[in-house]
Amino acid sequence: MKAVLPILAFAVLMGLAPLMVASNVVLNFLVFTLIIALAAQGWNLLGGYGGQYSFGHAAFFGTGAYVTAILQVRYGMNAYPAFTAGIGFAALVGLVIGFLAFRSGLRGSYFALVTLAFAEVFRVLANAAEMTGGAAGILIRLQANPANFQFAERGTFLWVALALVTLALLATLALERSRLGAQLVAVRENEAAAQALGVDVLAVKLRAITLSAAMTGAAGGLYAQYFLYLDANIAYGTWISVEALLAPIVGGAGTVFGPVLGAVILHGLGEATKSLAGSIPGIDLVIFGIVLILVVRFPPRDLPGLLRLRRRA
Amino acid sequence: MGFPPEIILEAVLNGLLTGAVYGLVALGLTLVYGVLHIINFAHGALLTAAMYGAYVARTALGIDPYVAALPLAALFFLLGYAVQRLVIGPASRGKDENILLVTLGLSIIIENLMLAVFRSDTRSIDAPYAMDVVEFGPALLGYPRVVGFGATILVGIALYLLMTRTATGKAIRAVAKERTGAALVGIDVAHIYAVTFGIGTACLAIAAALLLPSFYVSPRVGNAFVLVAFTIVVLGGMGSVVGALLGGLIIGVVESLSGLYLGESLGQIGIFLIFILVLLVRPTGLFGARA
Amino acid sequence: MTGTGPDPAFLAVRGVTKRFGGLLAVNDATFDVGEGTITGLIGPNGAGKTTLFAVVAGFEKPTSGMVMLEGEDITGRKPHELARMGLARTFQIVQPFAGLTVRENIAVGAFLRVAKRSAALEVAEEVATQVGLADQLDKPAAALTVAGRKRLEVARALATRPKLLLLDEVLAGLNPSEVRDIVPVVQGIRASGITVLMIEHVMQAVMNLCSQVHVLAQGRIICSGTPAEVVAAPQVVEAYLGHGAAKRLQGATHA
Repeated sequence: MKAVLPILAFAVLMGLAPLMVASNVVLNFLVFTLIIALAAQGWNLLGGYGGQYSFGHAAFFGTGAYVTAILQVRYGMNAYPAFTAGIGFAALVGLVIGFLAFRSGLRGSYFALVTLAFAEVFRVLANAAEMTGGAAGILIRLQANPANFQFAERGTFLWVALALVTLALLATLALERSRLGAQLVAVRENEAAAQALGVDVLAVKLRAITLSAAMTGAAGGLYAQYFLYLDANIAYGTWISVEALLAPIVGGAGTVFGPVLGAVILHGLGEATKSLAGSIPGIDLVIFGIVLILVVRFPPRDLPGLLRLRRRA
Repeated sequence: MGFPPEIILEAVLNGLLTGAVYGLVALGLTLVYGVLHIINFAHGALLTAAMYGAYVARTALGIDPYVAALPLAALFFLLGYAVQRLVIGPASRGKDENILLVTLGLSIIIENLMLAVFRSDTRSIDAPYAMDVVEFGPALLGYPRVVGFGATILVGIALYLLMTRTATGKAIRAVAKERTGAALVGIDVAHIYAVTFGIGTACLAIAAALLLPSFYVSPRVGNAFVLVAFTIVVLGGMGSVVGALLGGLIIGVVESLSGLYLGESLGQIGIFLIFILVLLVRPTGLFGARA
Repeated sequence: MTGTGPDPAFLAVRGVTKRFGGLLAVNDATFDVGEGTITGLIGPNGAGKTTLFAVVAGFEKPTSGMVMLEGEDITGRKPHELARMGLARTFQIVQPFAGLTVRENIAVGAFLRVAKRSAALEVAEEVATQVGLADQLDKPAAALTVAGRKRLEVARALATRPKLLLLDEVLAGLNPSEVRDIVPVVQGIRASGITVLMIEHVMQAVMNLCSQVHVLAQGRIICSGTPAEVVAAPQVVEAYLGHGAAKRLQGATHA
């Protein structure tokens, strides 16, 4: 139970935000950061715990987003089942990509490359297909009503996003303490040794990528419901693949709080840079890139003090 | 689907010509992989930077890209040398996944610096010869493409001579084959790594100068090329120089033909599918270099 | 495990050949491991012992030949399937999960048989006590000494509750006093009903531990018998010391 407390504390503190802050800018920032944190938590399951670095989590984010939107816009489905279906489709895409890549024994840079390529295929297809609205994108009709998974108040949406992130944190904690979690970490540390101890490496990786894709897909669906607009470069763009990977790496890959911490640090830095440097496009991402290299060069694990609060899995 | 044969011939020939320059882009990537055993995810961003370099040379200094190619190559050699020696080498600490992340970080930085400086507009130079064509039998070939093809062959020959006839080339090959042994006989491995990375980046600079007259440049243009380059490298066999050039020609033709049959935007799909297929079925490449 | 006495064909290796390109690593190897025994597999460096182990444990598919466990054909099965059937191995070059603690390392093995974390951690503690790692449970595996890592290899394998344990040079690289410490651990494993097949170079330990020894040289089994028989066999002496060595030795003792 002790391990659950920090998660609940986080949920309560973050949940107070809409009551204390009225600024839409701040709330927007928090909601966006939560969506990124959720996508990043998905990456963390596969990359952080399993050591399989995907450069193409956009494939899952975009699938979750598009399915959520398309089922509502083209098939008149209610937003909640559409969102759920989005998660399911994302998981399926994860399973299929995982099966193809892992069965062929791809790892390391090769796995990163193949996931990147899959995400690009999806992006090009979504940009050309009629179903997705092509290059013009797809718009979910604004009907601010909780029954439609749309809320008049940004604060309400923040609570919904927070509830999902909290669930994801709890799920990650549960994974960490499960048999699957232990086997996944074993696969990350040493595949041959894991096999010798009876770990079915392929099955473990497939379960991990499916869960991972579902979680990142949920973030995509959430994005669709919040912004109510998608195009191929948003849904399947490299930006989200990069965001999903950066946050856990910066905040601590393979830890429960790493992705949330990383998303907050990065987007906090990003906002600060933007407010200092004015409206120079891309300047926040330059900072992200520098932070990434610094974190790799000087792993926070090796630093003393505050930053070492997090625990290895 | 019935195009007249001369249209198809023209598409194939133009594909071959463009493919040669793709091969040049891939050459840098495969060289770095063959010697340093790293996949450089910043390759595309470096290409973008080089294209902006050629763009600035033309617009600010009035130097034609074909003239700027060599000085640009020298400049990018130094840049590549410094990046490997000062950033990638120290930051990766020898671990595969770190190299992945560091080069990804570099690509984010370079790409967004370009965005910050040049904004997201697509730019092009209006070279007087950009629309010129060369008649080749019934086919009309773009002049910039013909130049690109010829220059790539020259670069290929120069690289071959460098690798086989110079002490540096021999040291590079020694390091590629047996790093520890090379270090034991007194070769400065860190230096050779940086030189190799520099050569790879210099290839990019030349490719950029060859591409600019017929392509737009934007901060994200490198992404499109780098996936093509990865495809070529994987197709040709990681680390194989000949494979890269042959792979480039194949991909150039595939792109040109699928563009003809599927249209511009879907045309890329053919390349990605080849990429994925080769990775899944035969990660050592068609011409099977190293495992 | 008692009952009808040791079954000679508990593990049966039949005509196993493994070729890597032009290299014949294992050449038509046939031998048995009796149930409840400690059996040794010895041979000069490069004889193909580790390759043979890899074939038995499912890490390499044999070019030809068959491996049977308790009469069941297990040739070409995946390592994790074999582990589930009760066949565990250690690695000559130790392969710890470096980022994890000793306890977590062993628990990965235990998870093969138990689903709950608490149960797996309990097994880990038990097994650690058995191999003498009880006081190091919370150390990161990377912080262990060479001897500690060897023990960890054994502990992880034991945690999978095997019927047959393949030990690949667990004594190599240890000093004599560390070897003396591990020998009773291996005896304890056998006493708990687990059959052991060990590759070993330390002849002293082989003589003390094994009831049966197979000698592999240049990919072939050249001799099988008790340790005393095997050590006296001329073809074994020649395999280790070179052609003609047996005769020279004999001449020397007779003179």
